[in-house]
Amino acid sequence: MDKIIIKMKKEVSDKIIEICDRFNNAPGELINVLHQTQDYLGYLPAEAQELIAERLHIPTAKVYGVVSFYSFFTMQPKGKYPVSVCMGTACYVRGAEKILDAFEKELGVMPGETDKDGLFSLTSLRCVGACGLAPVALVDGKVFGRLAPANVKAIVNEYREMDKQ
Amino acid sequence: MDTIKLTIDNREIEVPKGTTILNAAKQMGISIPTLCHFEFKGMDVHNRPGGCRLCVVEVAGRRNLAPACVTECMPDMVVRTNSMRVINARRTVLELMLSDHPNDCLQCAKSGKCELQALAIRFGIRSNPFVGPDHAQSSYQIEVSPSIIRDMNKCVMCRRCEMMCNEMQTVGALSAIERGFPAVVSTAFNQHLDHSPCTFCGQCVAVCPVGALTEVDNTAKVIRAIVDPSKKTVVQVAPAVRVALGEEFGMKPGSIVTGKLTAALKALGFDYVFDTDWSADLTIMEEGTELLGRLKRFLGGDKDVKLPILTSCCPAWVNFFEHQFPELKELPSTAKSPQQMFGAMAKSYFAEKINCKREDMVCISVMPCLAKKYECGRDEFKVNGNPDVDFSITTRELAALIKQANIDFTKLPEEEFDSPLGESTGAAVIFGTTGGVIEAAVRTAYEVYTGKQCPKIDFEELRGLEGIRSATIDFDGLPINIGIAHGLKNARKLLEDIKAGKCNFHAIEIMACPGGCIDGGGQPLHHGNGDIIKARWEAIYQADKEMPIRKSHENPSIQTLYKEFLGEPCGHKSHELLHTHYFDRQTTVEVDLNK
Ligand code: SF4
Ligand code: SF4
Ligand code: SF4
Ligand code: FES
Ligand code: FES
Repeated sequence: MDKIIIKMKKEVSDKIIEICDRFNNAPGELINVLHQTQDYLGYLPAEAQELIAERLHIPTAKVYGVVSFYSFFTMQPKGKYPVSVCMGTACYVRGAEKILDAFEKELGVMPGETDKDGLFSLTSLRCVGACGLAPVALVDGKVFGRLAPANVKAIVNEYREMDKQ
Repeated sequence: MDTIKLTIDNREIEVPKGTTILNAAKQMGISIPTLCHFEFKGMDVHNRPGGCRLCVVEVAGRRNLAPACVTECMPDMVVRTNSMRVINARRTVLELMLSDHPNDCLQCAKSGKCELQALAIRFGIRSNPFVGPDHAQSSYQIEVSPSIIRDMNKCVMCRRCEMMCNEMQTVGALSAIERGFPAVVSTAFNQHLDHSPCTFCGQCVAVCPVGALTEVDNTAKVIRAIVDPSKKTVVQVAPAVRVALGEEFGMKPGSIVTGKLTAALKALGFDYVFDTDWSADLTIMEEGTELLGRLKRFLGGDKDVKLPILTSCCPAWVNFFEHQFPELKELPSTAKSPQQMFGAMAKSYFAEKINCKREDMVCISVMPCLAKKYECGRDEFKVNGNPDVDFSITTRELAALIKQANIDFTKLPEEEFDSPLGESTGAAVIFGTTGGVIEAAVRTAYEVYTGKQCPKIDFEELRGLEGIRSATIDFDGLPINIGIAHGLKNARKLLEDIKAGKCNFHAIEIMACPGGCIDGGGQPLHHGNGDIIKARWEAIYQADKEMPIRKSHENPSIQTLYKEFLGEPCGHKSHELLHTHYFDRQTTVEVDLNK
């Protein structure tokens, strides 16, 4: 029945407090605060949500309710090499789903998750404006076009090798 | 007042502006089915998310069907509540809901009292076109906490629990999370209720229409304890139980069933049938003495004295301040709750009397409350791991036991509690409702402080069902300012005032449940009918009037207890056995200096 204390690095908590202050700690600004916090941290860990709840004077359950409701919020830290598979119309009709499946199998994660080494995180997104290359995936910001499921393993291995060096 | 004329099912009606179609129809005797809608009259509690759409009606000139619970009446509106189009739509809504609901009725704790089940019966649902061949349904882990079982497979997302937890109680343990199929009401990060700020007040359980939120059922444990020949079973019954239990047997709300209740417990086979009212009198001796002690130091000029003193009988309230106002944890009285005082005395004083070892006694409580289940498991209330109160059952669970045992409750001849832990006063019975604990304390503190007989016994100024009340009582020249709050949102207001230094009360009584224990989370379900709470409330004061002794310090059995065992109130032995301490349980984010 002890007090629950959540530890946080000072620079991180300072930054979150600054974001909350920027929005006058107003409960109505929760979504904006969450957006900016996620922009800063890359994700919304439980500790950050606790701190935001404390600053905005709203129950943590409500903050988590919002975070879990919107698909653009994530509680998973991004991997070192974020993988995003385009699910836009052009990519979709050219088999983007199979590409996503292949990444899921290769990385052992579902969309929205990060693998256990923290190397890759997987997401899907809407048209990235490279329809001519459909189907398309982005790995660490780099565009891979005209993909077939069979290419996926090689791409992942390329980054694994690169990371070892 | 502005009124509106409209037509519902071919009949004209005039209603005040702002009336919903649902309520207008109700006035005409038309009961439109509802599920998510919940209104608790007199307590200012409403849940109108307009989400389930079971209440849809046809409004002439509108293309879509309108949910009656959130649609206001308009002049000259023409409404049909029972056209085949409406009924077809309601059936579809119900079938969709049931397609993602387990067919568990045979073993469900809510069976027979479930609003979804009642609707399925009313609409004669026999099969379901929406259930796929694989019967795919959402699946959630069933969670058991000390007081509450959450089976979210049964949740219909009415969000009544969320409303109670956030608006009535301002606890904020529950929120809707996720969206679409996996959407559900849960805690932050989907954690166990134990790791949330939940107070276990049980108000969410009291309003859940289905079996998604239910109490931890201890009836089987009771039966096993009674059956075990090596155990002595000692039972205590809280004040609020005696004005509500009758409802479970079709008696009028507000029936006082103390005698039948006692007879039923004896028929069930408990070895000793005692009364929490006895330990409520004891609580007054301890808490009242503590209040006077602090007051005297304050009057003597001691600036450090902790005032106002806050009552500490309600374990949900204790959880609330431990989680949300730990900085005020020196204010509440250190007196244990009546349930725990009873347990502590049963397993020491009484156990010695009957020469029974602590381990051989099973101390059981019957409570209107879910938080009491949690309370008896707290470590401070155990001696070498053996709890003072072994476990607690609710009024509803006791009714279930009586029914299992084929006891015809309404025809039972009245019996009396056993002696000596069964003797009590009118001051104790009023613990069951808001204002009662402080009134009982005043009756005793006045006489102890002034040394004179109190000129009156009924302190009407302390009674009522308004959320926050206050009164000044004249202690023979010394004005004592008293505050009262019930429902945790009202408690929060007083606590914020204290923090802001805006509070001039000497003593404050707080109960977590709206109305106090008469409306505890373990009481017979009231379905939002405020008249039932009112009737229980009146019955409490009636029961007080009918007692021959009405002041705690005049309870002869409590006087004997001090003489034979405890010494004096707030003395050494009392401190050891009848007082407790509180913890800071707030979740806080701190800067980590190591990294
Ligand atoms: S028991 Fe009370 S505090 Fe806990 S979740 Fe239910 S309403 Fe909220
Ligand atoms: S748990 Fe019960 S009260 Fe809460 S949303 Fe689900 S069905 Fe409604
Ligand atoms: S008010 Fe009474 S019933 Fe409600 S939580 Fe407190 S002690 Fe239990
Ligand atoms: S749809 Fe994938 S890049 Fe446009
Ligand atoms: S009862 Fe009206 S929408 Fe649920």
